[in-house]
Amino acid sequence: MKVLVAVKRVVDYNVRIRVKSDGSGVDTDNVVMSMNPFDENGLEEALRMKQAGIATEIVAVTVGTEQSQDTLRSALAMGADRAILIKADEAPEPLGIAKLLSKVVEQEEPGLVILGKQAIDDDSNQTGQMLAALLNWPQGTFASKAEFEGDSVNLTRETDAGLETIKINLPAVITTDLRLNEPRLPKLPDIMKAKKKPIDMVEAASFGVDLAPRLEVVSVSAPEARKPGVIVANAAELIDKLKNEAGVL
Amino acid sequence: MSILVIAEHDNSALNANTLNTLNAAAKIGGDITLLVAGSDAQSVVDEAAAIASVSKVLSANDAALADGLAENIAWLVNGIAANYTHVLAPASNFGKNFLPRVAAMQDVMQVSDIVDVVSADTFVRPIYAGNALVTVKSSDSVKLITVRSTAFDAVEATGGSAAVEELAFGEAFEGVSFVSRDVTVSERPDLATAPIVVSGGRGVGSKEDFAIIEKLAEKMNAAVGASRAAVDAGYAPNDFQVGQTGKVVAPDIYFAIGISGAIQHQAGMRESKVIVAINKDEEAPIFQIATYGIVADLFDVVPELTEQLS
Ligand SMILES: Cc1cc2nc3c(=O)[nH]c(=O)nc-3n(C[C@H](O)[C@H](O)[C@H](O)COP(=O)(O)OP(=O)(O)OC[C@H]3O[C@@H](n4cnc5c(N)ncnc54)[C@H](O)[C@@H]3O)c2cc1C
Repeated sequence: MKVLVAVKRVVDYNVRIRVKSDGSGVDTDNVVMSMNPFDENGLEEALRMKQAGIATEIVAVTVGTEQSQDTLRSALAMGADRAILIKADEAPEPLGIAKLLSKVVEQEEPGLVILGKQAIDDDSNQTGQMLAALLNWPQGTFASKAEFEGDSVNLTRETDAGLETIKINLPAVITTDLRLNEPRLPKLPDIMKAKKKPIDMVEAASFGVDLAPRLEVVSVSAPEARKPGVIVANAAELIDKLKNEAGVL
Repeated sequence: MSILVIAEHDNSALNANTLNTLNAAAKIGGDITLLVAGSDAQSVVDEAAAIASVSKVLSANDAALADGLAENIAWLVNGIAANYTHVLAPASNFGKNFLPRVAAMQDVMQVSDIVDVVSADTFVRPIYAGNALVTVKSSDSVKLITVRSTAFDAVEATGGSAAVEELAFGEAFEGVSFVSRDVTVSERPDLATAPIVVSGGRGVGSKEDFAIIEKLAEKMNAAVGASRAAVDAGYAPNDFQVGQTGKVVAPDIYFAIGISGAIQHQAGMRESKVIVAINKDEEAPIFQIATYGIVADLFDVVPELTEQLS
């Protein structure tokens, strides 16, 4: 089975971002970029499927500018067999990404598509579900465990109340939670080898799907800063403050 | 304007986040219809009809709707979405799971996790783990929206008597079935709505020692939360996780104990009214947002605190 893994280049999770003073967006110049952490879990899962003899080929795909090749190289270094860059200068919205990915699925005919449950930049948590809908496939979202059994997957999902297991038939879309696995770090020889693996480049416009944004960004602002607090000496003083100063106890 | 709100429930009771979502709907303004999609969920339908701000309840009763499977709920909502100007669901695991599916079926770009309603087509939502807020204006004919429940007060649960209409379900989606549920049983109040939350992090050190967090919570009738590190290490179950990828809470008091205060953790608790940090490292980022901090070993302070609270 071929597995398609979607990856996104995002501002690294360790970076504390800054909102531009003119309110037009977030400053992403000269900040460290890396693969969306959830996508690393997605790729790791595919790699484990290959080790277990379930997956035969792993294709990493991203939508982005030329710079997104870095992210695909990281995916190839982790162990993806090949990669596809769908070139788009303006980042499409999740709906547009889902449409582009559905076209790639038509061409590649994977048995499974794995995406991160959310990207840590826009936190939308939509693309996987949208892709599943466009393909009319079942979806297994927020996965923390996937057990493959013939043509189906027993998928454990993290919910607000605990855990839930569903059974979905392949082909399907899975979105990952961080506890699905621990992504590997690529070793130097793998990074070298990855440089020789192929990256196909296609223009987003060539897919003939509507990528026009539906949401107009009116403004971007920083959240209100919290008032600086105080350090108290001990439990007794804390209780006093909570009762008499904050009035919350 | 006519707004459809999708109720979250477990077939026996309405989830409180539905009341917060209804408030967001009220802010948009217009007629509000509440959809209860479930199986033998008459008690939920009754609760729904009693909410003052709801003008109509749609009740879809089918075994295929029992377990909240996204494919089936999405099919149902997709069939009626075009009758409304807005479709809202809580930005919980339930809402996040099925509403984007409807959005793609409707060819609509969903607005996720809104924290404010500016007007009927303009909404505010957090991005970058809450480190920025974006105001977006939607041009879609039907607006599909998930609502962050901590950002909107709950509407009155009573005072109404809405008409109930049956909505027929079609055929269950082939290729997905519910297998089992492993629900965390806790004597503590619900993390999402409790006025006081006591959270423990990696600093607590072990599952056994996590009991001191639970004891403090018990003393104040508080809910228990945890950082991702504490959940990953097995000190607490996954549904206790607070943060960008866990729950978002905004209690009157949030205790962060042995938690460093990573951006991703702050994303889930920075809107709390009062934040108390207990950490032995005075440089821990949690102190930058704490209302009150104690720089000390948690194993000294937490038992003291539990003891001294009457
Ligand atoms: C994509 C992504 C999503 C994430 N989502 C979340 C999320 O939803 N929620 C979340 O919490 N994290 C999340 N994280 C993880 C986050 O980045 C941090 O790694 C995590 O919050 C750290 O947990 P912690 O504060 O318990 O552990 P640490 O950072 O290790 O902090 C432990 C703290 O305990 C203190 N300590 C130790 N011993 C004692 C003692 N005896 N007395 C007092 N203090 C003590 C230490 O000084 C330290 O400050 C996410 C990360 C990524 C990459």
